[in-house]
Amino acid sequence: MTMTDEMSAGAAPRPALSAQPILSVRNIESIYDNVILVLRGVSLEVPEGSIVALLGGNGAGKSTTLKSISTMIGAERGRVSKGSIHFRGERTDQLTPGDLVGMGMVQVMEGRMCFGHLTVEENLIAGAYTRKLTKAQMREELDRVYAYFPRLRERRTSQAGYTSGGEQQMTAIGRAMMARPRMLLLDEPSMGLAPQIVAEIFEIVRDLNEKEGVSILLAEQNTSVALKYANYGYILESGRIMMDGPAKALAENKDVREFYLGMSSEGRESFRNRKSYRRKKRWI
Amino acid sequence: MNPEILFFFEVLIGGLLAGVMYSLVALGFVLIYKASSVFNFAQGAMVFFAVLSFVGFMELGLPFFLALLVTVGLMILVGMATERFVLRPLVNQHEDTLLMATIGLAFVLEGLAQLVWGVEVRRLDLGIRDEPIMRIADATGIFVSVLDLVAGLVAAVMVAVLAIVFSRTKVGLGLRAVADGHGAAMSIGIPLRQVWVFVWAAAGIVALVAGMLWGARAGVQFALVGLALKALPVLIIGGFTSVPGVIVAGLIVGASEKIAEVYIGPYFGGGIEGWAPYMLAVLFLMFRPEGLFGERIIRRV
Repeated sequence: MTMTDEMSAGAAPRPALSAQPILSVRNIESIYDNVILVLRGVSLEVPEGSIVALLGGNGAGKSTTLKSISTMIGAERGRVSKGSIHFRGERTDQLTPGDLVGMGMVQVMEGRMCFGHLTVEENLIAGAYTRKLTKAQMREELDRVYAYFPRLRERRTSQAGYTSGGEQQMTAIGRAMMARPRMLLLDEPSMGLAPQIVAEIFEIVRDLNEKEGVSILLAEQNTSVALKYANYGYILESGRIMMDGPAKALAENKDVREFYLGMSSEGRESFRNRKSYRRKKRWI
Repeated sequence: MNPEILFFFEVLIGGLLAGVMYSLVALGFVLIYKASSVFNFAQGAMVFFAVLSFVGFMELGLPFFLALLVTVGLMILVGMATERFVLRPLVNQHEDTLLMATIGLAFVLEGLAQLVWGVEVRRLDLGIRDEPIMRIADATGIFVSVLDLVAGLVAAVMVAVLAIVFSRTKVGLGLRAVADGHGAAMSIGIPLRQVWVFVWAAAGIVALVAGMLWGARAGVQFALVGLALKALPVLIIGGFTSVPGVIVAGLIVGASEKIAEVYIGPYFGGGIEGWAPYMLAVLFLMFRPEGLFGERIIRRV
């Protein structure tokens, strides 16, 4: 809602914003060790059933935003010092990650973080830790997840630490799905993966969104892929939302194309003709 | 049978059974290491604390089983207190930080135990005689102590129970998950605190059992803390993360130190029992640092 009025005016209306959003973050500030202020007033909304992308460069505050929402920030000596976060209408900033898993929000952390010594299937079973399932129900849930990730079924008896990066990312997302979440927070699902695998994973994420109705908030540096699959996007820089809008509008926006997609109006631009100090223009 | 061979077997069996006792001490380390990747320096102190408390309760006039029950309760309390005051403030800190914290914990437990129960050496009578079983001695000519046999049996049962807990139960899965990553485990809602209380309480109970068996043999005294050092080569050889590995390694350490003492010792003027296991551990560190059964160190690039 900053700087974007002229842009979103001409774009398509926001998806389903009239309904109460599943997640709303209002003007939060997050601070580490009581001195390092990382977020300086971030507000965003995730409408029920949508995919929202949180974009921005290294150190922009994307991960911190996700950790503030999932309250995982507390385990890193950080805290949300201002503002409020509501998930499904309830205020959540004082809860624990475990509480949020119970309420239907699971974060898939950056760098996948599979349990390396557990098998792929044990990883998934651990994902249902907060639920009380009988053996048959557990089998059913596993089959449900394997249906989305056929590769995981093939690798189910391998130690997760020995599977490929893509398979580990799938394991991490599948593990989160075992908790039957209403919302997933995905932190850099494309990190370190080949473009083909990235596409495969994003297809599955879209599938989960469409078939399971899971709302998704994803942090990504890979702007083009994220905007391709998301409905709405926020661009974060130095702990502030600099721009937001429907994904399509953002993908067409001149500044976004220049700074995040590496294109100019004449198509892909060569940086060879540019002086280095001009390459990275920033808003602040 | 040839007396030479007979003697060898006697040395071997004596060593194996003593090894089981080392295994019991090492088991406590493995439990905590598996769930938090922390080498618990306080394990020796926990052994001392547990058995001294047990003897103390007995001296207060509690019957054997009641004293046992009270001590088990006490060790659960110690586990809870450790989680609350040591682990919780250090969540997500480096493993070295936690290691240092357990050194502090060791001093607290040692001091507390002696403050409450005094410093003199106590006798612990479990009603099991530490003398050879005559029937076996008569039949084969090999002397095996009753206490050793009981210790072996107890260790076998505890290992079986723990192995089942780790591989078959939900808590066990949670423990293994937490060991692989606190953050990831938290993010899917595994209650870190409960897992830690469970594992520290379990390690405390294992420490109590180990302490009772050692105390019955060597007297309940401060020297029990040093037992933790004997567990070190066991852990290195068996692997820090393997429950069965600890048992096998305990047997290896027990047998090899006795055999080394008897057959190689004379060349060094004797007394090599104390350091022979460490030499073996050094060899393992050189050629198989994860131990016999330890989880392979997974490192992907």
